[in-house]
Amino acid sequence: MAVKIKIPASLRKFVGGNDVVDVDAGNVGDALDGLESAHPGIKAKLCDDSGNVRRFINIYANSEDIRFLENLKTPLSDGAELQIVPAIAGGWY
Amino acid sequence: MSVSFSDYLAQVKSRIREISVHELKEMIGRQKDDLTVLDVREPEEFENGIIKGATTVPRGYVELRIEQVQPDRDKPIAVICAGGTRSALSALSLQGLGYQDVVSVSGGMGAWVRAGYELDHPRRLTKEQQARYARQIILPQLGEAGQQKLLDSKVLLVGAGGLGSPTALYLAAGGVGTIGIIDNDKVDTSNLQRQILHSEGAAGTPKVQSATETLRRLNSDVKIVTYEERLTSENVMRIFEGWDVVVDGTDNFPTRYLINDACVFLGIPNVHGSIYHFDGQCTIFNHGDGPCYRCLYPEPPPPELAPSCAEAGVLGAICGVVGTMQAVETIKVLLEMGDDLTGRLVSFDALKMSFRELKVRRDPHCLVCSEHPQITELIDYEQFCTVTF
Repeated sequence: MAVKIKIPASLRKFVGGNDVVDVDAGNVGDALDGLESAHPGIKAKLCDDSGNVRRFINIYANSEDIRFLENLKTPLSDGAELQIVPAIAGGWY
Repeated sequence: MSVSFSDYLAQVKSRIREISVHELKEMIGRQKDDLTVLDVREPEEFENGIIKGATTVPRGYVELRIEQVQPDRDKPIAVICAGGTRSALSALSLQGLGYQDVVSVSGGMGAWVRAGYELDHPRRLTKEQQARYARQIILPQLGEAGQQKLLDSKVLLVGAGGLGSPTALYLAAGGVGTIGIIDNDKVDTSNLQRQILHSEGAAGTPKVQSATETLRRLNSDVKIVTYEERLTSENVMRIFEGWDVVVDGTDNFPTRYLINDACVFLGIPNVHGSIYHFDGQCTIFNHGDGPCYRCLYPEPPPPELAPSCAEAGVLGAICGVVGTMQAVETIKVLLEMGDDLTGRLVSFDALKMSFRELKVRRDPHCLVCSEHPQITELIDYEQFCTVTF
């Protein structure tokens, strides 16, 4: 399945500055593995050592938080969009 | 053929139903929620009071505004004026618009007062306030009652910086009666690119002082309360107590978790905005049955993934977009108006000029806001945010 992963500004430096990375994947975990193959090192920013998504990062599959779906096993259909939404703090005192 | 006014009025009255003030009193008691009492007098006539719960629409606006007041044409409406003439004319107009159950109160407010029935004395906006807020008072969702509610509201801004600036300016301009500002920083020249509360001349002065001067110049009607201190676990409960809404425009994770937890403990809605480079986020936490910040982000990022102000950067106008969204959402929360961002996160990418809406759910295992919370008092937030998970 062709899946688009939307990369937030804070993580683009790890994917060559791209704001979207296209991967081929059947579920969210596969998509993250695809992202890692294309841009080695990025997955460690998103997932901890046991492979779970870090608690300050949310991944949305078509606008739904995967934590409330099937997490990394959440199936993706062709044309699905993943959005990575990390916690950002800036309000700029 | 010409008709005298008295003949015309008699014709009008023959085509409508009139009731006495005693019948009205009885109807109000019986149909409390269903009945609309429509007072069609002019604003200057309300000074001696109105019937409690009555909707005031001057005679000249009755046809224009009735659908906003009562869209259901089958619901009962009792029209009242000073003596029963304008109410009769209005009642006929409403019948012409298809309202099926309209009555005019014979004798009007004069008879109501003579009967010794109770009067309500809603506070009125001054002439200056009516002129100043005219463009929003005219909105049917606000009206004079909404404006009065804003004037009675208290909103606390954490941070008088990039986000706090536009939020404060719009809340003050719109007549939010009391605005609190917490900030322990001083104005620096590098702030001016985005922190539009502050101007060149304010460099070196405390931000709360500069903000107060700017807001006073904008609207002297607004009371400004300042806290020139850093928000900590020690002072947060004292400072937050009694505010209707807290607006989070801070720049660091420890303060965001501190604000969240204090808002949960005190039951105060938290209007959240954050920005990074060209990205922004806005949502509302701890409002109604909605989620809190920890439901969305249970843990903060480790410091190496949370860039400081100096090494990040931001386009000033991005703060305007997000801070203004926070002002809009704050007003909606205060007035219980529309569908606010509770349970929804707006994620904004300025380079693409795209807005996405993401669902934010309440986490049944949330450490602070779930049914069985593990955190029930404030913690050391600096330490919480420096631990690498």
